[in-house]
Amino acid sequence: MIKTDVVIIGAGPTGLFCAHQLGIIGLKCEIVDNLDKIGGQCIELYPDKPIYDIPAVPECTGEELTNNLIEQIRPFNFNFHLSDRVQELKNENDKWIVKTLNGKEFETPNVVIAGGVGSFEPRKFPTKSTEKYDGKSVLYSIKDKTIFKDKSVVIFGGGDSALDWAIELSNSSKVTLVHRRDEFRGAPASVQKIKELSDNKTIDLITKYSIKDVKGNGSLESVEIKSESGESKVIKADYVLGFFGLIMQLGPIAEWGLNLDKKTIPVNTENFETNKKGIFAIGDICTYPGKLKLILSGFHEGALAARGCFKYARPDEKYRFEFTTASSTIKDRLGVKE
Amino acid sequence: MAKIKYIEFNGTEHEAEVANGLSVMEGAIQNDIPGIDADCGGGMSCATCHVYINDNEWLKKLPEKEMGEDDMLDQAYEPKSNSRLSCQLIVSDDLNGLTVHMPEKQV
Ligand SMILES: Cc1cc2nc3c(=O)[nH]c(=O)nc-3n(C[C@H](O)[C@H](O)[C@H](O)COP(=O)(O)OP(=O)(O)OC[C@H]3O[C@@H](n4cnc5c(N)ncnc54)[C@H](O)[C@@H]3O)c2cc1C
Ligand code: FES
Repeated sequence: MIKTDVVIIGAGPTGLFCAHQLGIIGLKCEIVDNLDKIGGQCIELYPDKPIYDIPAVPECTGEELTNNLIEQIRPFNFNFHLSDRVQELKNENDKWIVKTLNGKEFETPNVVIAGGVGSFEPRKFPTKSTEKYDGKSVLYSIKDKTIFKDKSVVIFGGGDSALDWAIELSNSSKVTLVHRRDEFRGAPASVQKIKELSDNKTIDLITKYSIKDVKGNGSLESVEIKSESGESKVIKADYVLGFFGLIMQLGPIAEWGLNLDKKTIPVNTENFETNKKGIFAIGDICTYPGKLKLILSGFHEGALAARGCFKYARPDEKYRFEFTTASSTIKDRLGVKE
Repeated sequence: MAKIKYIEFNGTEHEAEVANGLSVMEGAIQNDIPGIDADCGGGMSCATCHVYINDNEWLKKLPEKEMGEDDMLDQAYEPKSNSRLSCQLIVSDDLNGLTVHMPEKQV
């Protein structure tokens, strides 16, 4: 059990800056994110796109913004728990017990939900029949590529993951690549390579088809694909892989008894607390009259939520407002020498 | 201003007057029409504002897809050749009378 002042759910820009504000006022926090990297939407959806509306930063990419936010909280040495999802929040003796998918447990008076539109999860096949094989022979990511040796593998998708795996696995497996149209969105060199492998019959390339059904008797045997005009084909398959990018799923957050308005959590604008004491929501996931889904709003919300956390983390102390330019305590926390 | 008809997967129809300059997606969100999630708020990076244009005439009449729309549609739920991202369809008087059909689900 890890004890801390605040657990932040989500390492997007909002969660990161909130951590900074917590560090400045002398609180400790632990940050959990489902992605394998820090930065939320900025790093997952648009690392190379320039952002033009961060105050006092005329232009920076999603990745640069993330790196600067990480740099800004470095002095505090906060722990990140990546590739892990917060599943459960439970109240025990006025403390929150936070449990993750990988079995980590935290005890804290405060939880800050900076979960964006939810956790990033792979988009799955629309076909119900695939569910039975999910995680066994129907896969959306690859941990151990040796399992495919000498097997028939059918890969769906047209982006880099689909193309790269088709190329890689074609060395030691029978690969079929299925995509819904003739154009691919992967890197041109990979597209070129796929065309070569298809021309010399190393892989089977089937376009303008999508999945219809999977069949098997205990273990997976084949996958049926369909074209829009209704033709279908059956392909032998030991494994079916789908690479359709990531979608954002509210997931467990919807089950914590918080008030919800569509996919967002209503908060008060004084300290961004939700309907539950000690649970705060900031950034894209919170809503209030006039809410703007912008990074700059998330920064403001994080600063106020951090002060809200102080009350529960240090019930016997009074929060003192201080400027970073003037306070020697803050400079100490930042490790700045005067 | 254009009158847009949104038809849910279960057949429920909604009609909305959408101001010029807004997207077909925003028309749905602002009028509380279910079936379009728009998780990325129109950033063309979520594919949860996916709709079908079933009428062939309309499909031809709509402005062509910009770079990236088809790439994003690859990641949508059950995309077809008449799929569009409603956040990329900007309303003008020309879109008056457009009907869009929603997929079974967005995520
Ligand atoms: C293409 C695009 C362009 C944009 N351009 C701009 C712009 O120019 N200016 C601007 O201000 N904004 C822009 N935005 C919006 C901006 O990116 C978001 O407002 C911002 O990322 C929200 O930050 P956040 O920290 O609240 O959430 P997010 O960045 O969404 O991060 C939330 C994180 O929480 C994680 N998470 C959720 N639930 C859990 C859980 N249960 N357990 C563990 N982790 C969880 C998710 O995996 C995710 O990493 C743009 C967005 C997109 C998509
Ligand atoms: S709203 Fe996200 S792609 Fe259209």
